[in-house]
Amino acid sequence: MIAIIDYKCGNIRSVGNALSRLGAEYCLTSDPAAILAADKVILPGVGNAAESMERLRESGLCDIIKSLRRPVLGICVGMQLMCRRSEEGDTQCLGLFDTDVRRFPDSAEAKVPHMGWNSIGNPDGKLFKGIPGGSFVYFVHSYYPGLCSDTIATCRHGDVLFSAALRYENFYGTQFHPEKSGVTGSAILQNFLNL
Amino acid sequence: MVTKRIIPCLDVKDGQVVKGINFQSLREVGDAVEMGVQYSRDGADELVYLDISASLEGRRTFVRLVERISMGIDIPFTVGGGISSADDAARLLDAGADKISINTAAVSSPGLIDEIAKRYGSQFVVVAIDAKCIDGKWICTTHGGSRLTRLDLFEWALEAQERGAGEILFTSMDHDGTRNGYADAVYASLASQLSIPVIASGGAGTIEDIRRVLTEGRADAALAASIFHFGEIPIRKLKASLRQSGVNVRL
Repeated sequence: MIAIIDYKCGNIRSVGNALSRLGAEYCLTSDPAAILAADKVILPGVGNAAESMERLRESGLCDIIKSLRRPVLGICVGMQLMCRRSEEGDTQCLGLFDTDVRRFPDSAEAKVPHMGWNSIGNPDGKLFKGIPGGSFVYFVHSYYPGLCSDTIATCRHGDVLFSAALRYENFYGTQFHPEKSGVTGSAILQNFLNL
Repeated sequence: MVTKRIIPCLDVKDGQVVKGINFQSLREVGDAVEMGVQYSRDGADELVYLDISASLEGRRTFVRLVERISMGIDIPFTVGGGISSADDAARLLDAGADKISINTAAVSSPGLIDEIAKRYGSQFVVVAIDAKCIDGKWICTTHGGSRLTRLDLFEWALEAQERGAGEILFTSMDHDGTRNGYADAVYASLASQLSIPVIASGGAGTIEDIRRVLTEGRADAALAASIFHFGEIPIRKLKASLRQSGVNVRL
């Protein structure tokens, strides 16, 4: 059973739908017992990091997430909440990944939000098994996690090279939306299910 | 770099895809979910579903359809048509839509853009603008092009951006349905004034039309309907051809 953490943040339905298409069973939950019992946990997220972090705190799930030893996947803002802090609303985050989240600089060629399909560089490890560098995935974000020793895939938007995916021990995160990234995204989610 | 997007648009009436010529004389072309799945397999980058049902029953059917679309397709999709409140937007978000597009309602109550963007983020809000050129000025229209406003296209697009729109989808009513190419110069001007992405709509007839609006027109995405629905231009072929002429697209 996969637990998708429900903390009242944005479009979580599409993550569940993507799991269904892969034949995986999932539940949307904010129940600590269900999250602790799950084989794998997904922390989704869309929208504002400061507000999302506030809701996650209100849900009382921060310490439970940090205590998990089974595979955890943060998606988009969900991944940002697993970093140290975010420039968005100057937000203290969970500190699982050793990097901060910053805003893209405004530029004429590299519009903000970074929205659309972009290619990933140097995808590494089991999450990207069978996914070659240069594969396209779907991004929608105005803030990005920096490069660090936890980086397992990169992406470039304008002059900024950032972490498209991160991993620390059992914690994984993708800045892109695997549930919206077509065949490539499904393969990445399947890799996560196979961990 | 982020690639230029190709977006098939599906007009939906009572759950079926239809395509109007100049928003009139509709004809049915297929099942909305099946067509979406087919387009995503063919390499479409996103989809837009516009509900053109006039009735309340039609609207309800559309929300159920959005749930089915969300289950069936694995690329982002925008839904629009008849959204007049933040609650309408919330229902579509809950049904699984990635973005909503608002048009007439944004013109009549611009604060709706702020409200939805604040609640769900700018990435969720596409402001669609239908405009036509009158005496050399681009004037916005509402109600599917049938009513003229006093709004200038460029001023309104800038205001929408400031209020929190994540993208502008501009349709030239003068080009829509003609298949003679997009309003390239207008898009180039919009793109130079806005910092958010611009989606071009209206006028696609050939691969060259799409290439031009993505290069000279500087649009971030090209939307089209009939050339895709009737299989005249397969998306794969279109994208291969764009890539060959130096346009950065996802293959």
